[in-house]
Amino acid sequence: MRSLGWLRLPLLLTYAFLYIPIAVVVVMSFNSSKMPFTWTGFSLRWYGTLLEDTAVRQGFLNTMVVAVGATIIATVLGTLLAIGLARYTRSAVLEAYALTPAIVPDLALAIGLLVMFSAVGMTLGLHSVLLAHVVFGLAFVAAVVTARLGQVDPSLEEASRDLGASATATFFRITVPSLAPAIIAGALLVFTLSLDEFVIAFFTDGPSTPTLPIVIYSMVRFGVTPEINALAAVLLLVSFTVVIAAQRITRLTDSV
Amino acid sequence: MTSPAGTTSRGRGAHKRRALGSRALFLGPGLFYVTAFMAIPIALIVSYAFLTRGRFGGVRLPLTLESFTRALDPVYLQVLGNSLLIATTTTVLALLIGYPVAYAIARMPSRWRTIALVLVVLPFWSNFLIRTYAWIVLLNSEGPLNKALLATGLRDEPIGLLYNRGAVIVGLLYAYLPLMILPLYASLERMDWSLLEAATNLGASRIRAFFDVTFPLSLPGAMIGAIFVFVPSLGNFIVPELLGGGKTVMVGNLIRDQFLKARDWPFGAVLALTMVTFLILLFALQAAVSRRINGPRAHA
Repeated sequence: MRSLGWLRLPLLLTYAFLYIPIAVVVVMSFNSSKMPFTWTGFSLRWYGTLLEDTAVRQGFLNTMVVAVGATIIATVLGTLLAIGLARYTRSAVLEAYALTPAIVPDLALAIGLLVMFSAVGMTLGLHSVLLAHVVFGLAFVAAVVTARLGQVDPSLEEASRDLGASATATFFRITVPSLAPAIIAGALLVFTLSLDEFVIAFFTDGPSTPTLPIVIYSMVRFGVTPEINALAAVLLLVSFTVVIAAQRITRLTDSV
Repeated sequence: MTSPAGTTSRGRGAHKRRALGSRALFLGPGLFYVTAFMAIPIALIVSYAFLTRGRFGGVRLPLTLESFTRALDPVYLQVLGNSLLIATTTTVLALLIGYPVAYAIARMPSRWRTIALVLVVLPFWSNFLIRTYAWIVLLNSEGPLNKALLATGLRDEPIGLLYNRGAVIVGLLYAYLPLMILPLYASLERMDWSLLEAATNLGASRIRAFFDVTFPLSLPGAMIGAIFVFVPSLGNFIVPELLGGGKTVMVGNLIRDQFLKARDWPFGAVLALTMVTFLILLFALQAAVSRRINGPRAHA
């Protein structure tokens, strides 16, 4: 580290820039006062308030329904697509097309889906958010699995077929296990992206089933409250745990 | 069209049919989904830009260019200019801050690099609204920054840090800085440091060596980082609303309002197309730059 010299300064300042805002919110979530900026002592009361908030609880349940559903569908579609692109076509255009939903600006995708759902007369609700989340989700899964397919030896599949295994058996006993780390990583990616996704959900959700990000949006528009601080602290803890767990899992399965 | 099964061996025909079947099984569902839920929606937006606004939202005939001429109104051009200015400033600041950070991480001993990178990315994975909210807290007139200012005695009363263009830029920078650092790091990490040594051994100053050797080699990473920061900044409507307090309107706010409040879908479609056009120009620029960088080396 000595060799870094003066470069340590921008590094430390950047970490301070990234973590001080978050740390301030977490510290303030333990403030017992109702006034957000006056510290009167340590308390967990706002976490209690949070647990009793039915809007937050319902929002959380709605978000889980969307995230779990979108993750399952996107993982299946994205994995099949990645294998298809690697094994059955060499088309760079098709591959670019399949990965586009991951880079289209979320606002453009959001208004496009809103327009389409209304053109076919679909009522908006959790099902439309789920359908919308699958489209960028499958592109992310396909991207991650495609990267892994480049490292997997296709002669294993050939050997399995030569030894008399059916195509289906080869797929489930050779192809899928060798891709497992990438499939898990892709699924975790979609799950975390869907949990936090706001813009597309904001446009494609119905008024009676807000997801958690939409509930948070309606809360933060009215300024700073101790309850939002507590909610922020909980969400930070959850996402940091998921990211670190994901890192561990992919490293663990990669080494097998 | 001849049937291969009829002319050659029956086995090969069956094999071909099976290959075609599995090709459709693997590629079909995903490509269908992308078409139905991305390509068709985007095509709808393009076609709506040429239609007339419906009385209660939606669109109707006749075809018209009215929405395009309306977008040329100075009021809207100013919003677009403002958005481009904010997104560009954010991108330049991210490059200036991100470069030394990526450089420092790339020069660390390898056992420190992973943890240093995870620390950069970790905040990025937390909820976007929460990260923006943290700045409402920090920049508040009663917030910690103002309290610190008052305590030092530099100021007698709180200053308005929130609800201006600067707050919007800080919020966007906070949200997307990791997206600049990651690709920069990736291109610096692959670099052959002996080139730098060679330059200084041959008498180049360290500054000269940096601008002649290191910086050109990291340009592809810088371009990708710039796109990663610029694209979500330009279309953002949350940060301008929460940290700009409605005073700093960006094109994202305008698009959102056309679809959800004013219900003028053709005009919203034109605004969205304008935004996407700028992004496509940026991608074209990136492709041109990376071709110029990779081109001469391919011949060498």
